[in-house]
Amino acid sequence: MTTTVERPLGKVPVAERGPRRPGRFRKHLWSFVFLIPMLLLFGGFTVWPMIASWWYSFFNWDGVGSPTDWVGLANFREVLGADSFWRAFWHSFVFSLAAIFIEMPLALVLAILLNNSWLRFRNLYRLVLFLPVVATTAVIGIVIAILLDPAGGLVNRILLDTGLVDQPVNFLGSTSIALPTLLSIDVWKGFGITLIYWLAALQTVPRDLQEAAAIDGAGFWRALRFVTLPVVMPIAIVILLLVFQRSLNTFDLVRAVTEGGPDYATDVVPTYIYRYAFDPSLQAPRYGFASAAGVVFGLLTLVVTVLQAPLLKRRMGGDR
Amino acid sequence: MTGRWRVVARRNIWHLLLIPLCLVWVYPFVWMVSAAFKTPREMLIGGLSLMPNDATLENFRRAWTTAKFGTYTANTITFSIAVVILVLLVASTAGYALARPGLPGKKILVGILIATMFIPHGYTIIPTFVLVNGIGLGNGLLGAALAQAGPALVVPVLLFMGFFSGIPKELEEAARMDGAGYLRTYWRVMLPLAKPVLGTVALMNFIGAWNAFFIPLVFTLGNPDLRTLGVGMYGFYGQDTTDWTGLAAAACISVIPVVVVFLFLQRTFVEGIAGAVKS
Repeated sequence: MTTTVERPLGKVPVAERGPRRPGRFRKHLWSFVFLIPMLLLFGGFTVWPMIASWWYSFFNWDGVGSPTDWVGLANFREVLGADSFWRAFWHSFVFSLAAIFIEMPLALVLAILLNNSWLRFRNLYRLVLFLPVVATTAVIGIVIAILLDPAGGLVNRILLDTGLVDQPVNFLGSTSIALPTLLSIDVWKGFGITLIYWLAALQTVPRDLQEAAAIDGAGFWRALRFVTLPVVMPIAIVILLLVFQRSLNTFDLVRAVTEGGPDYATDVVPTYIYRYAFDPSLQAPRYGFASAAGVVFGLLTLVVTVLQAPLLKRRMGGDR
Repeated sequence: MTGRWRVVARRNIWHLLLIPLCLVWVYPFVWMVSAAFKTPREMLIGGLSLMPNDATLENFRRAWTTAKFGTYTANTITFSIAVVILVLLVASTAGYALARPGLPGKKILVGILIATMFIPHGYTIIPTFVLVNGIGLGNGLLGAALAQAGPALVVPVLLFMGFFSGIPKELEEAARMDGAGYLRTYWRVMLPLAKPVLGTVALMNFIGAWNAFFIPLVFTLGNPDLRTLGVGMYGFYGQDTTDWTGLAAAACISVIPVVVVFLFLQRTFVEGIAGAVKS
Protein backbone atom coordinates (compact mmCIF):
# COMPACT_ATOMS: atom_id res chain seq x y z
CA MET A 1 0.00 0.00 0.00
CA THR A 2 2.69 2.43 1.02
CA THR A 3 4.85 1.73 -2.00
CA THR A 4 2.06 2.53 -4.44
CA VAL A 5 1.51 5.86 -2.73
CA GLU A 6 5.19 6.69 -2.48
CA ARG A 7 6.08 6.06 -6.06
CA PRO A 8 3.92 8.67 -7.76
CA LEU A 9 4.80 11.20 -5.07
CA GLY A 10 8.48 10.65 -5.64
CA LYS A 11 8.03 10.71 -9.36
CA VAL A 12 6.00 13.86 -9.76
CA PRO A 13 8.72 16.41 -9.02
CA VAL A 14 11.25 14.48 -11.10
CA ALA A 15 8.92 14.38 -14.04
CA GLU A 16 8.07 18.03 -13.72
CA ARG A 17 11.54 19.37 -13.19
CA GLY A 18 12.63 18.70 -16.76
CA PRO A 19 10.09 20.69 -18.77
CA ARG A 20 9.71 23.38 -16.10
CA ARG A 21 13.36 24.22 -15.77
CA PRO A 22 13.54 26.97 -18.43
CA GLY A 23 10.29 28.47 -17.13
CA ARG A 24 11.71 28.64 -13.65
CA PHE A 25 13.79 31.70 -14.43
CA ARG A 26 10.96 33.29 -16.43
CA LYS A 27 8.64 32.76 -13.53
CA HIS A 28 11.02 34.67 -11.27
CA LEU A 29 11.82 37.38 -13.77
CA TRP A 30 10.28 40.10 -11.62
CA SER A 31 12.10 38.85 -8.56
CA PHE A 32 15.38 39.26 -10.38
CA VAL A 33 14.38 42.78 -11.40
CA PHE A 34 13.65 43.51 -7.75
CA LEU A 35 17.08 42.25 -6.78
CA ILE A 36 18.93 44.54 -9.18
CA PRO A 37 19.14 47.66 -6.98
CA MET A 38 20.44 45.65 -4.06
CA LEU A 39 22.92 43.79 -6.23
CA LEU A 40 24.18 47.08 -7.64
CA LEU A 41 24.69 48.68 -4.24
CA PHE A 42 26.03 45.52 -2.66
CA GLY A 43 28.25 44.83 -5.64
CA GLY A 44 29.53 48.38 -5.80
CA PHE A 45 30.09 49.03 -2.14
CA THR A 46 30.91 45.64 -0.70
CA VAL A 47 32.02 43.10 -3.29
CA TRP A 48 33.93 45.38 -5.59
CA PRO A 49 35.84 47.14 -2.78
CA MET A 50 36.93 43.76 -1.47
CA ILE A 51 38.41 42.83 -4.83
CA ALA A 52 39.71 46.28 -5.69
CA SER A 53 41.56 46.59 -2.39
CA TRP A 54 43.58 43.55 -3.41
CA TRP A 55 44.34 45.06 -6.80
CA TYR A 56 45.36 48.47 -5.39
CA SER A 57 47.57 46.89 -2.79
CA PHE A 58 50.01 45.78 -5.48
CA PHE A 59 50.69 49.34 -6.57
CA ASN A 60 52.52 52.33 -5.32
CA TRP A 61 49.65 54.74 -5.87
CA ASP A 62 48.76 58.18 -4.58
CA GLY A 63 45.14 58.02 -5.69
CA VAL A 64 45.63 60.35 -8.65
CA GLY A 65 44.70 58.80 -12.00
CA SER A 66 44.76 55.04 -12.20
CA PRO A 67 47.37 52.86 -10.53
CA THR A 68 50.33 52.10 -12.81
CA ASP A 69 53.38 51.70 -10.59
CA TRP A 70 53.28 47.95 -9.92
CA VAL A 71 55.33 47.06 -6.87
CA GLY A 72 54.21 43.47 -6.36
CA LEU A 73 54.22 42.40 -2.76
CA ALA A 74 56.28 45.32 -1.49
CA ASN A 75 53.31 46.95 0.26
CA PHE A 76 52.45 43.72 2.00
CA ARG A 77 56.03 43.23 3.06
CA GLU A 78 56.02 46.73 4.50
CA VAL A 79 52.70 46.26 6.31
CA LEU A 80 53.67 42.91 7.78
CA GLY A 81 57.04 44.26 8.84
CA ALA A 82 55.69 47.46 10.37
CA ASP A 83 55.53 47.43 14.15
CA SER A 84 53.11 50.35 13.93
CA PHE A 85 50.60 48.23 11.97
CA TRP A 86 50.77 45.35 14.41
CA ARG A 87 50.37 47.74 17.27
CA ALA A 88 47.24 49.23 15.62
CA PHE A 89 45.95 45.72 14.93
CA TRP A 90 46.54 44.72 18.55
CA HIS A 91 44.66 47.81 19.74
CA SER A 92 41.72 47.03 17.44
CA PHE A 93 41.73 43.56 18.93
CA VAL A 94 41.92 44.94 22.48
CA PHE A 95 38.75 46.91 21.77
CA SER A 96 37.10 43.62 20.81
CA LEU A 97 38.41 41.89 23.91
CA ALA A 98 37.10 44.68 26.14
CA ALA A 99 33.72 44.53 24.45
CA ILE A 100 33.52 40.76 24.73
CA PHE A 101 34.99 40.20 28.19
CA ILE A 102 33.95 43.35 30.04
CA GLU A 103 30.95 44.85 28.28
CA MET A 104 29.10 41.63 27.45
CA PRO A 105 29.14 40.04 30.94
CA LEU A 106 28.34 43.34 32.69
CA ALA A 107 25.48 43.98 30.29
CA LEU A 108 24.19 40.45 30.92
CA VAL A 109 24.18 41.02 34.67
CA LEU A 110 22.28 44.26 34.27
CA ALA A 111 19.92 42.73 31.73
CA ILE A 112 19.04 39.95 34.19
CA LEU A 113 18.36 42.60 36.82
CA LEU A 114 16.37 44.86 34.50
CA ASN A 115 14.39 41.92 33.16
CA ASN A 116 12.60 41.50 36.50
CA SER A 117 9.08 42.83 36.35
CA TRP A 118 9.15 43.68 40.09
CA LEU A 119 11.91 46.21 39.63
CA ARG A 120 10.47 49.70 39.70
CA PHE A 121 11.58 52.30 37.13
CA ARG A 122 13.21 49.61 35.03
CA ASN A 123 12.15 51.27 31.80
CA LEU A 124 13.74 54.51 32.94
CA TYR A 125 16.98 52.70 33.78
CA ARG A 126 17.03 51.02 30.39
CA LEU A 127 16.48 54.35 28.69
CA VAL A 128 19.28 56.06 30.58
CA LEU A 129 21.71 53.23 29.90
CA PHE A 130 20.78 53.32 26.23
CA LEU A 131 21.27 57.08 25.76
CA PRO A 132 25.01 56.99 24.94
CA VAL A 133 24.28 54.59 22.05
CA VAL A 134 22.11 57.15 20.31
CA ALA A 135 24.49 60.06 20.82
CA THR A 136 27.02 60.88 18.12
CA THR A 137 30.36 59.27 18.95
CA ALA A 138 32.43 62.18 17.69
CA VAL A 139 30.50 64.60 19.90
CA ILE A 140 30.63 62.38 22.94
CA GLY A 141 34.33 61.89 22.39
CA ILE A 142 34.91 65.62 22.49
CA VAL A 143 32.73 66.21 25.54
CA ILE A 144 34.51 63.45 27.42
CA ALA A 145 37.88 64.79 26.37
CA ILE A 146 36.93 68.12 27.97
CA LEU A 147 35.74 66.41 31.15
CA LEU A 148 38.98 64.43 31.39
CA ASP A 149 41.28 67.36 30.62
CA PRO A 150 44.23 67.39 33.07
CA ALA A 151 44.16 71.19 33.37
CA GLY A 152 40.81 72.11 34.86
CA GLY A 153 38.85 69.12 33.58
CA LEU A 154 36.04 68.20 35.90
CA VAL A 155 37.10 64.64 36.63
CA ASN A 156 40.57 65.71 37.66
CA ARG A 157 39.18 68.50 39.79
CA ILE A 158 37.02 66.03 41.67
CA LEU A 159 39.90 63.59 42.05
CA LEU A 160 42.15 66.38 43.40
CA ASP A 161 39.50 67.85 45.68
CA THR A 162 38.70 64.53 47.27
CA GLY A 163 42.40 63.81 47.69
CA LEU A 164 42.30 60.61 45.67
CA VAL A 165 45.26 61.83 43.63
CA ASP A 166 47.78 64.57 44.39
CA GLN A 167 48.57 65.31 40.75
CA PRO A 168 46.18 65.65 37.84
CA VAL A 169 45.86 62.42 35.86
CA ASN A 170 46.60 62.87 32.19
CA PHE A 171 43.94 60.44 31.04
CA LEU A 172 44.38 60.96 27.32
CA GLY A 173 47.89 62.29 27.07
CA SER A 174 49.75 59.50 28.78
CA THR A 175 50.84 56.56 26.67
CA SER A 176 49.98 54.07 29.39
CA ILE A 177 46.58 55.42 30.48
CA ALA A 178 45.17 56.64 27.16
CA LEU A 179 44.17 53.21 25.85
CA PRO A 180 42.41 52.02 29.03
CA THR A 181 40.62 55.38 29.15
CA LEU A 182 39.39 54.98 25.57
CA LEU A 183 38.36 51.40 26.27
CA SER A 184 36.28 52.57 29.23
CA ILE A 185 34.59 55.24 27.11
CA ASP A 186 33.90 52.63 24.43
CA VAL A 187 32.33 50.29 26.96
CA TRP A 188 30.20 53.15 28.29
CA LYS A 189 29.13 54.06 24.77
CA GLY A 190 28.32 50.56 23.55
CA PHE A 191 26.89 49.19 26.78
CA GLY A 192 23.26 50.10 26.01
CA ILE A 193 23.07 48.24 22.73
CA THR A 194 24.56 45.09 24.23
CA LEU A 195 22.06 45.43 27.08
CA ILE A 196 19.20 45.52 24.57
CA TYR A 197 20.61 42.43 22.83
CA TRP A 198 20.67 40.56 26.13
CA LEU A 199 17.20 41.72 27.09
CA ALA A 200 15.95 40.41 23.75
CA ALA A 201 17.67 37.12 24.41
CA LEU A 202 16.14 36.88 27.90
CA GLN A 203 12.69 37.43 26.40
CA THR A 204 13.03 34.11 24.60
CA VAL A 205 13.15 32.16 27.85
CA PRO A 206 9.68 30.61 28.10
CA ARG A 207 7.83 31.75 31.21
CA ASP A 208 6.39 28.32 32.00
CA LEU A 209 9.91 26.92 32.00
CA GLN A 210 10.91 29.45 34.66
CA GLU A 211 7.78 28.72 36.64
CA ALA A 212 8.40 25.00 36.44
CA ALA A 213 11.91 25.56 37.78
CA ALA A 214 10.53 27.66 40.63
CA ILE A 215 7.98 24.97 41.51
CA ASP A 216 10.72 22.36 41.50
CA GLY A 217 12.40 24.46 44.15
CA ALA A 218 15.24 25.88 42.05
CA GLY A 219 16.66 29.05 43.58
CA PHE A 220 17.80 32.05 41.58
CA TRP A 221 21.25 30.65 40.78
CA ARG A 222 20.07 27.19 39.86
CA ALA A 223 17.35 28.59 37.62
CA LEU A 224 19.93 30.82 35.98
CA ARG A 225 22.40 27.99 35.50
CA PHE A 226 19.98 25.32 34.28
CA VAL A 227 17.14 27.22 32.64
CA THR A 228 18.03 30.76 31.59
CA LEU A 229 21.61 30.37 30.37
CA PRO A 230 21.05 27.23 28.26
CA VAL A 231 18.11 28.89 26.50
CA VAL A 232 20.01 32.12 25.96
CA MET A 233 23.29 30.51 24.82
CA PRO A 234 22.53 30.22 21.07
CA ILE A 235 21.57 33.89 20.91
CA ALA A 236 24.64 34.77 22.95
CA ILE A 237 26.77 33.63 20.04
CA VAL A 238 24.95 35.99 17.70
CA ILE A 239 25.44 38.79 20.21
CA LEU A 240 29.11 37.92 20.43
CA LEU A 241 29.45 38.28 16.67
CA LEU A 242 27.55 41.57 16.62
CA VAL A 243 29.68 43.00 19.42
CA PHE A 244 32.83 41.74 17.77
CA GLN A 245 31.86 43.31 14.46
CA ARG A 246 31.10 46.65 16.06
CA SER A 247 34.34 46.77 18.00
CA LEU A 248 36.40 46.05 14.90
CA ASN A 249 34.98 49.17 13.30
CA THR A 250 36.11 51.42 16.13
CA PHE A 251 37.17 54.63 14.45
CA ASP A 252 35.03 57.59 15.48
CA LEU A 253 35.99 57.54 19.12
CA VAL A 254 39.72 57.20 18.58
CA ARG A 255 39.73 59.75 15.80
CA ALA A 256 37.77 62.30 17.82
CA VAL A 257 39.48 61.87 21.16
CA THR A 258 43.14 61.05 20.60
CA GLU A 259 43.67 60.74 16.82
CA GLY A 260 45.53 57.54 17.66
CA GLY A 261 47.99 59.31 19.94
CA PRO A 262 49.82 59.96 22.14
CA ASP A 263 52.69 58.42 20.21
CA TYR A 264 50.25 56.01 18.48
CA ALA A 265 49.36 54.44 21.82
CA THR A 266 45.69 54.28 20.87
CA ASP A 267 46.04 53.78 17.12
CA VAL A 268 43.59 51.25 15.62
CA VAL A 269 43.62 49.81 12.11
CA PRO A 270 40.95 52.15 10.68
CA THR A 271 42.80 55.23 11.94
CA TYR A 272 46.01 53.71 10.61
CA ILE A 273 44.45 53.31 7.16
CA TYR A 274 42.90 56.75 7.34
CA ARG A 275 46.26 58.30 8.15
CA TYR A 276 47.95 56.83 5.10
CA ALA A 277 45.08 57.45 2.66
CA PHE A 278 43.04 60.47 3.66
CA ASP A 279 44.77 62.58 6.29
CA PRO A 280 44.65 66.17 4.99
CA SER A 281 48.17 66.85 6.24
CA LEU A 282 49.59 64.19 3.93
CA GLN A 283 51.93 65.26 1.13
CA ALA A 284 51.10 62.26 -1.01
CA PRO A 285 48.45 59.73 0.01
CA ARG A 286 49.57 56.10 -0.08
CA TYR A 287 46.47 54.33 -1.31
CA GLY A 288 48.36 51.21 -2.27
CA PHE A 289 49.99 50.81 1.11
CA ALA A 290 46.77 51.66 2.96
CA SER A 291 44.92 49.11 0.82
CA ALA A 292 47.47 46.47 1.73
CA ALA A 293 46.90 47.29 5.40
CA GLY A 294 43.14 46.97 4.77
CA VAL A 295 43.56 43.62 3.04
CA VAL A 296 45.69 42.22 5.85
CA PHE A 297 43.15 43.53 8.38
CA GLY A 298 40.27 41.98 6.41
CA LEU A 299 42.08 38.64 6.16
CA LEU A 300 42.94 38.53 9.85
CA THR A 301 39.34 39.40 10.70
CA LEU A 302 38.19 36.62 8.41
CA VAL A 303 40.45 34.17 10.23
CA VAL A 304 38.99 35.18 13.59
CA THR A 305 35.43 35.01 12.21
CA VAL A 306 36.04 31.58 10.66
CA LEU A 307 37.36 30.39 14.01
CA GLN A 308 33.97 31.38 15.42
CA ALA A 309 32.04 29.69 12.59
CA PRO A 310 31.69 26.26 14.24
CA LEU A 311 29.94 28.00 17.13
CA LEU A 312 27.65 29.78 14.71
CA LYS A 313 26.89 26.60 12.83
CA ARG A 314 25.94 24.85 16.04
CA ARG A 315 23.44 27.59 16.74
CA MET A 316 21.92 27.28 13.29
CA GLY A 317 21.76 23.51 13.63
CA GLY A 318 20.18 23.75 17.04
CA ASP A 319 17.51 26.10 15.82
CA ARG A 320 16.22 24.31 12.78
CA MET B 1 4.78 40.24 57.66
CA THR B 2 8.48 40.68 58.32
CA GLY B 3 9.22 38.20 55.55
CA ARG B 4 7.25 40.26 53.12
CA TRP B 5 9.03 43.37 54.25
CA ARG B 6 12.34 41.68 53.69
CA VAL B 7 11.40 40.87 50.09
CA VAL B 8 10.47 44.50 49.47
CA ALA B 9 13.75 45.64 50.98
CA ARG B 10 15.74 43.14 48.97
CA ARG B 11 14.08 44.27 45.79
CA ASN B 12 14.55 47.95 46.43
CA ILE B 13 18.17 47.64 47.46
CA TRP B 14 19.06 47.38 43.78
CA HIS B 15 18.20 51.04 43.37
CA LEU B 16 21.23 51.86 45.52
CA LEU B 17 23.32 50.38 42.74
CA LEU B 18 21.26 51.54 39.78
CA ILE B 19 20.75 55.19 40.67
CA PRO B 20 24.46 56.08 41.04
CA LEU B 21 25.23 54.09 37.90
CA CYS B 22 22.62 56.01 35.93
CA LEU B 23 23.85 59.33 37.28
CA VAL B 24 27.35 58.56 36.05
CA TRP B 25 25.83 57.43 32.75
CA VAL B 26 23.97 60.64 31.99
CA TYR B 27 26.48 63.01 33.53
CA PRO B 28 28.27 63.92 30.28
CA PHE B 29 24.92 64.84 28.72
CA VAL B 30 23.85 66.97 31.64
CA TRP B 31 27.22 68.68 31.71
CA MET B 32 27.05 69.32 27.98
CA VAL B 33 23.64 70.97 28.18
CA SER B 34 24.64 73.02 31.20
CA ALA B 35 27.89 74.24 29.61
CA ALA B 36 26.02 75.24 26.47
CA PHE B 37 24.07 77.81 28.49
CA LYS B 38 27.02 79.17 30.47
CA THR B 39 28.96 82.28 29.53
CA PRO B 40 32.56 81.62 28.48
CA ARG B 41 33.64 83.51 31.59
CA GLU B 42 31.71 81.31 33.95
CA MET B 43 33.06 78.27 32.15
CA LEU B 44 36.66 79.44 32.63
CA ILE B 45 36.22 80.18 36.31
CA GLY B 46 34.92 76.69 36.60
CA GLY B 47 32.96 75.53 39.57
CA LEU B 48 31.08 72.29 39.70
CA SER B 49 27.64 73.87 39.59
CA LEU B 50 25.48 72.50 36.79
CA MET B 51 23.09 75.47 36.92
CA PRO B 52 24.44 78.37 34.86
CA ASN B 53 24.49 81.65 36.82
CA ASP B 54 23.09 83.76 34.03
CA ALA B 55 21.96 81.47 31.26
CA THR B 56 22.67 82.69 27.75
CA LEU B 57 21.67 81.61 24.26
CA GLU B 58 24.66 83.39 22.79
CA ASN B 59 26.61 80.11 22.47
CA PHE B 60 23.91 78.60 20.31
CA ARG B 61 23.80 81.68 18.10
CA ARG B 62 27.58 81.49 17.64
CA ALA B 63 27.54 77.78 16.91
CA TRP B 64 24.56 78.07 14.55
CA THR B 65 25.90 80.90 12.38
CA THR B 66 29.62 81.53 12.92
CA ALA B 67 30.56 77.89 13.22
CA LYS B 68 28.11 76.98 10.43
CA PHE B 69 26.16 74.45 12.46
CA GLY B 70 23.00 75.59 10.70
CA THR B 71 24.48 74.40 7.42
CA TYR B 72 25.77 71.22 9.02
CA THR B 73 22.33 70.46 10.44
CA ALA B 74 20.75 70.85 7.01
CA ASN B 75 23.46 68.60 5.53
CA THR B 76 22.92 65.98 8.20
CA ILE B 77 19.18 65.95 7.59
CA THR B 78 19.66 65.63 3.83
CA PHE B 79 22.26 62.91 4.25
CA SER B 80 20.24 60.93 6.79
CA ILE B 81 17.01 61.07 4.81
CA ALA B 82 18.79 60.05 1.62
CA VAL B 83 20.31 57.06 3.42
CA VAL B 84 16.96 56.03 4.90
CA ILE B 85 15.12 56.23 1.57
CA LEU B 86 17.86 54.32 -0.23
CA VAL B 87 17.97 51.57 2.37
CA LEU B 88 14.18 51.22 2.61
CA LEU B 89 13.68 51.04 -1.14
CA VAL B 90 16.58 48.74 -1.93
CA ALA B 91 16.24 46.44 1.08
CA SER B 92 12.46 46.03 0.84
CA THR B 93 12.52 45.12 -2.86
CA ALA B 94 15.42 42.73 -2.36
CA GLY B 95 13.83 41.24 0.75
CA TYR B 96 10.57 40.74 -1.12
CA ALA B 97 12.29 39.04 -4.04
CA LEU B 98 14.33 36.81 -1.75
CA ALA B 99 11.19 35.74 0.09
CA ARG B 100 9.70 34.25 -3.10
CA PRO B 101 9.63 30.47 -2.72
CA GLY B 102 11.92 28.60 -5.05
CA LEU B 103 13.95 31.57 -6.23
CA PRO B 104 17.03 30.13 -7.96
CA GLY B 105 20.32 31.07 -6.32
CA LYS B 106 18.65 32.38 -3.20
CA LYS B 107 20.69 30.33 -0.75
CA ILE B 108 23.98 31.36 -2.30
CA LEU B 109 23.03 35.01 -2.33
CA VAL B 110 21.91 35.02 1.29
CA GLY B 111 25.08 33.16 2.23
CA ILE B 112 27.25 35.77 0.53
CA LEU B 113 25.32 38.58 2.22
CA ILE B 114 25.81 37.09 5.67
CA ALA B 115 29.46 36.30 5.03
CA THR B 116 30.21 39.95 4.24
CA MET B 117 28.61 41.25 7.42
CA PHE B 118 31.89 41.09 9.27
CA ILE B 119 34.04 42.99 6.84
CA PRO B 120 35.54 45.99 8.59
CA HIS B 121 34.85 49.33 6.92
CA GLY B 122 38.52 50.23 7.09
CA TYR B 123 39.11 47.51 4.52
CA THR B 124 36.64 48.78 1.93
CA ILE B 125 36.86 52.55 2.32
CA ILE B 126 39.48 53.30 -0.34
CA PRO B 127 37.80 51.57 -3.33
CA THR B 128 34.45 52.96 -2.16
CA PHE B 129 35.94 56.43 -2.27
CA VAL B 130 37.44 55.78 -5.72
CA LEU B 131 34.14 54.38 -7.02
CA VAL B 132 32.03 57.30 -5.83
CA ASN B 133 34.50 59.73 -7.37
CA GLY B 134 34.51 57.63 -10.52
CA ILE B 135 30.76 57.90 -11.02
CA GLY B 136 30.98 61.64 -10.53
CA LEU B 137 29.40 61.83 -7.09
CA GLY B 138 32.55 62.63 -5.14
CA ASN B 139 32.32 65.62 -2.82
CA GLY B 140 28.56 65.38 -2.71
CA LEU B 141 26.08 64.28 -0.13
CA LEU B 142 24.43 61.78 -2.49
CA GLY B 143 27.74 60.01 -3.02
CA ALA B 144 28.29 59.86 0.73
CA ALA B 145 24.74 58.57 1.21
CA LEU B 146 25.36 55.78 -1.33
CA ALA B 147 28.59 54.85 0.43
CA GLN B 148 26.81 54.81 3.78
CA ALA B 149 23.77 52.86 2.56
CA GLY B 150 25.70 50.26 0.52
CA PRO B 151 27.34 48.36 3.38
CA ALA B 152 24.38 48.95 5.73
CA LEU B 153 22.02 46.85 3.62
CA VAL B 154 22.59 43.32 4.81
CA VAL B 155 20.65 43.38 8.07
CA PRO B 156 17.64 45.26 6.58
CA VAL B 157 17.49 42.82 3.64
CA LEU B 158 17.45 39.89 6.06
CA LEU B 159 14.79 41.58 8.19
CA PHE B 160 12.51 42.19 5.20
CA MET B 161 13.14 38.71 3.87
CA GLY B 162 12.20 37.19 7.20
CA PHE B 163 9.05 39.29 7.43
CA PHE B 164 7.82 38.66 3.89
CA SER B 165 8.52 34.93 4.19
CA GLY B 166 6.21 34.82 7.18
CA ILE B 167 3.22 36.28 5.35
CA PRO B 168 0.67 33.58 4.45
CA LYS B 169 0.70 32.56 0.80
CA GLU B 170 -3.08 32.89 0.53
CA LEU B 171 -2.86 36.64 0.78
CA GLU B 172 -0.72 36.90 -2.30
CA GLU B 173 -2.79 34.41 -4.19
CA ALA B 174 -5.86 36.48 -3.39
CA ALA B 175 -4.10 39.57 -4.70
CA ARG B 176 -3.19 37.72 -7.89
CA MET B 177 -6.79 36.56 -8.31
CA ASP B 178 -7.87 40.16 -8.11
CA GLY B 179 -5.57 40.88 -11.00
CA ALA B 180 -2.69 42.53 -9.19
CA GLY B 181 0.70 41.99 -10.80
CA TYR B 182 4.02 41.53 -9.06
CA LEU B 183 4.69 45.24 -8.68
CA ARG B 184 1.24 46.12 -7.45
CA THR B 185 1.18 43.23 -4.98
CA TYR B 186 4.48 44.44 -3.55
CA TRP B 187 3.52 48.10 -3.39
CA ARG B 188 -0.13 47.91 -2.42
CA VAL B 189 -0.38 44.72 -0.39
CA MET B 190 2.98 43.66 1.01
CA LEU B 191 4.66 46.97 1.78
CA PRO B 192 1.78 48.36 3.87
CA LEU B 193 1.83 45.11 5.84
CA ALA B 194 5.53 45.54 6.50
CA LYS B 195 5.10 48.79 8.42
CA PRO B 196 6.77 47.51 11.61
CA VAL B 197 9.87 46.45 9.67
CA LEU B 198 9.86 49.67 7.66
CA GLY B 199 9.73 51.67 10.89
CA THR B 200 12.52 49.73 12.55
CA VAL B 201 14.82 49.83 9.55
CA ALA B 202 14.11 53.53 9.00
CA LEU B 203 14.87 54.43 12.60
CA MET B 204 17.98 52.27 12.87
CA ASN B 205 19.42 53.74 9.71
CA PHE B 206 18.38 57.26 10.57
CA ILE B 207 20.24 57.10 13.86
CA GLY B 208 23.15 55.37 12.16
CA ALA B 209 23.36 58.00 9.43
CA TRP B 210 22.91 60.90 11.84
CA ASN B 211 25.80 59.63 13.92
CA ALA B 212 27.94 58.49 11.00
CA PHE B 213 31.44 59.83 11.05
CA PHE B 214 33.88 57.80 8.97
CA ILE B 215 32.00 58.01 5.65
CA PRO B 216 30.94 61.69 5.89
CA LEU B 217 34.43 62.64 7.06
CA VAL B 218 36.14 60.97 4.13
CA PHE B 219 33.59 62.21 1.60
CA THR B 220 33.58 65.85 2.69
CA LEU B 221 37.34 66.31 3.01
CA GLY B 222 37.36 68.29 -0.23
CA ASN B 223 34.30 70.39 0.57
CA PRO B 224 33.91 71.63 4.15
CA ASP B 225 30.50 73.15 3.32
CA LEU B 226 29.07 69.65 3.02
CA ARG B 227 30.15 68.53 6.47
CA THR B 228 27.62 66.80 8.66
CA LEU B 229 27.25 67.57 12.36
CA GLY B 230 29.61 64.90 13.62
CA VAL B 231 32.33 65.94 11.20
CA GLY B 232 31.70 69.64 11.83
CA MET B 233 32.03 69.06 15.55
CA TYR B 234 35.41 67.60 15.04
CA GLY B 235 36.58 70.49 12.85
CA PHE B 236 35.59 72.82 15.65
CA TYR B 237 37.94 71.08 18.05
CA GLY B 238 40.93 71.26 15.77
CA GLN B 239 41.26 75.03 15.88
CA ASP B 240 43.98 76.65 17.97
CA THR B 241 41.85 78.42 20.51
CA THR B 242 38.91 76.36 21.51
CA ASP B 243 35.59 78.04 22.20
CA TRP B 244 34.43 75.64 24.92
CA THR B 245 30.93 76.95 25.42
CA GLY B 246 30.34 77.24 21.68
CA LEU B 247 31.55 73.68 21.40
CA ALA B 248 29.08 72.56 24.05
CA ALA B 249 26.26 74.35 22.25
CA ALA B 250 27.29 72.69 18.98
CA ALA B 251 27.35 69.35 20.77
CA CYS B 252 23.77 69.95 21.93
CA ILE B 253 22.69 70.83 18.39
CA SER B 254 24.22 67.55 17.17
CA VAL B 255 22.93 65.25 19.84
CA ILE B 256 19.59 66.59 21.04
CA PRO B 257 17.56 66.10 17.81
CA VAL B 258 18.48 62.45 17.53
CA VAL B 259 17.91 61.84 21.23
CA VAL B 260 14.44 63.42 20.92
CA VAL B 261 13.62 61.31 17.85
CA PHE B 262 14.79 58.27 19.75
CA LEU B 263 12.74 59.11 22.85
CA PHE B 264 9.58 59.34 20.78
CA LEU B 265 10.23 56.17 18.82
CA GLN B 266 12.25 54.18 21.34
CA ARG B 267 9.73 51.39 21.49
CA THR B 268 9.99 50.74 17.75
CA PHE B 269 13.75 50.98 17.90
CA VAL B 270 14.28 48.69 20.85
CA GLU B 271 11.75 46.15 19.65
CA GLY B 272 13.28 46.25 16.20
CA ILE B 273 16.74 45.47 17.51
CA ALA B 274 15.28 42.81 19.76
CA GLY B 275 13.46 41.26 16.80
CA ALA B 276 16.63 41.33 14.72
CA VAL B 277 18.58 39.54 17.42
CA LYS B 278 15.95 36.90 17.99
CA SER B 279 15.41 35.96 14.35
